[in-house]
Amino acid sequence: MSALAETAAGPLLAVEDLSVRFDTDDGSVHAVDRLSFELGAGEVLAVVGESGCGKSVSFMSLLRLLPETAVVTGRAQFGGTDLLAAPLSRLRRIRGREIAFVFQEPMTSLNPSFTIGNQVGEVLRRHLGLSRAEARRRTIELLDLVRIPAPERRVREYPHQLSGGMRQRVMIAMALACDPKILIADEPTTALDVTIQAGILDLMRDIRERLGTSIVLITHNLGVVADLADRVIVMYAGRKAEEAPVHDLFARPQHPYTIGLLGAVPRPGAGAQRLREIPGRVPSLAELPAACAFAPRCPRADDLTRSQVPELREVAPGHRVACFHPGPEADA
Amino acid sequence: MSFADAAPRLSPRARRRRILRRRFLRRPFAVIGLVVAVAFVLGAILAPVVAPYSAAATDFNSVLGHSSGKHLLGTDELGRDVFSRIVWGARASIEAGVFSVLIAMAFAVPVGVVAGYYRGWPDTVIARATDVLLAFPFLILAIGLSAILGPSLTNAMLALGFGVAPQLIRVARGEALALREEDYVRAAIANGAGDIRIMARHVIPNMIPTLIVQATVAIPAAIIGEAVLSFLGLGVQPPTPSWGVMLADAQSYLTQAPRLAIYPGVAIFLCSLSFNLLGDGLRDVLDPRTTR
Repeated sequence: MSALAETAAGPLLAVEDLSVRFDTDDGSVHAVDRLSFELGAGEVLAVVGESGCGKSVSFMSLLRLLPETAVVTGRAQFGGTDLLAAPLSRLRRIRGREIAFVFQEPMTSLNPSFTIGNQVGEVLRRHLGLSRAEARRRTIELLDLVRIPAPERRVREYPHQLSGGMRQRVMIAMALACDPKILIADEPTTALDVTIQAGILDLMRDIRERLGTSIVLITHNLGVVADLADRVIVMYAGRKAEEAPVHDLFARPQHPYTIGLLGAVPRPGAGAQRLREIPGRVPSLAELPAACAFAPRCPRADDLTRSQVPELREVAPGHRVACFHPGPEADA
Repeated sequence: MSFADAAPRLSPRARRRRILRRRFLRRPFAVIGLVVAVAFVLGAILAPVVAPYSAAATDFNSVLGHSSGKHLLGTDELGRDVFSRIVWGARASIEAGVFSVLIAMAFAVPVGVVAGYYRGWPDTVIARATDVLLAFPFLILAIGLSAILGPSLTNAMLALGFGVAPQLIRVARGEALALREEDYVRAAIANGAGDIRIMARHVIPNMIPTLIVQATVAIPAAIIGEAVLSFLGLGVQPPTPSWGVMLADAQSYLTQAPRLAIYPGVAIFLCSLSFNLLGDGLRDVLDPRTTR
């Protein structure tokens, strides 16, 4: 079950032309537009963007966790299975076992009626067929792995007795229970205190090193990205704006939106410098413009950007950008 | 209440139980309801010990007798001890109250949960059917069904269960509709759980407090329902004692001995009131939305 065996055989997960549309009474909302990306074994991929840019929706759609109003098209190859076309019974064996999801809300993602041990153990019993005693033993190991103190005692406690950080650790333990190939963490630290955030990120790094799990980190926090990711995808209004290895992105950002995001990150030691914001607002996704979605907020916008959708171009190895006027900060 | 009360070395379950108990004990009416309801239930179970006479024993020296040392609440037209008959009659009433609600729960909870969880056409069918049944008064439904089934205590319980079920289906459906949107349900789906497992582990267990409250509210309605059915001759059959049967028998002697109607009436009143008070108290204690 080692993820390393996959390395030679190409990417672990290959997503092509993923589009997600929500059909509502007030018309359609295009949440994701023709998104393609790959995820390698043992890789940490960060997906960055503002709220509503489609980053969570893209990954929830891969496991088909969206409500029925969502229309998902495209292909998502995972170990010979197209996740978007596979029957639900096949998908259920992938969910939680091969691809695990950690959600943003640790406070409410645990069932209040059962103990921690019961809930983590359930995943083990169902997916791996462990006995009650084996599951209990393995649960204690997992809680220890995610650095919960006194796991023998914690397994008998109920969610309301745990702090937010502890609950998120339990959620991560549950996600890791079946040794998944991919761990998708959707804003895993947003609801937590800063000091606890650092601990969770530390834990993620540890997981990748010790278990070789591929991690998708969905976040709007670029500080988190720099710390942990190998590669970054920047999303804007349902489209991929830029994709690059993490050092490349921070050293030579190409898309004006990326440059704007980087300008909004507070830097310790930079003095009393005012943080720059990106003017304007995220566009409504009711209809995708037949133009660069960022154009209304972009300092480099011209007639071209307002009349055509920019395609992704490779500006350096592994560094792609969807912009007519890419380049590092010059006029911003 | 001192700090020493808050014993630190308690298991979480015990601590929660302790908090709930304290909240309950702070409500005098709920406590009275509990005490009276328990007294009725114990009296029914221990009828052979509590009742001074058997329900059918006649004392021809005392027909339509007043209260006396020998007969605490007097005797009826056949010289049977009224107090003993009320105690024995509690069996039929409480049995009918509890079992008819259990029957209704066994049917209503799965049906309501399926409707609320799946929504769509199963929900439309179930919810509309429930609405139709709710349009009939509870007793009319029960009387109609027990008339079809034929008179007996078992059939009366089935009929009462049928009468109570629509209300319970509606509650279970509403709870399921709310619980299916919980984050832990989404997390369970992401972990590969199927529909049955989600309903059994994540939806039903989290609606149990609400169901307990609904049950304690439905029981007194079923107790009164049993009395009505027996009064009409559709429930317990004479000579087996039941409060409804006693009321029916008392009709002919209403002018000579109104007490024959008053005593079973008071029993019905007290018994259903006690369960109602208990139910209100439990709702206040278990429902997290009532703050106090």
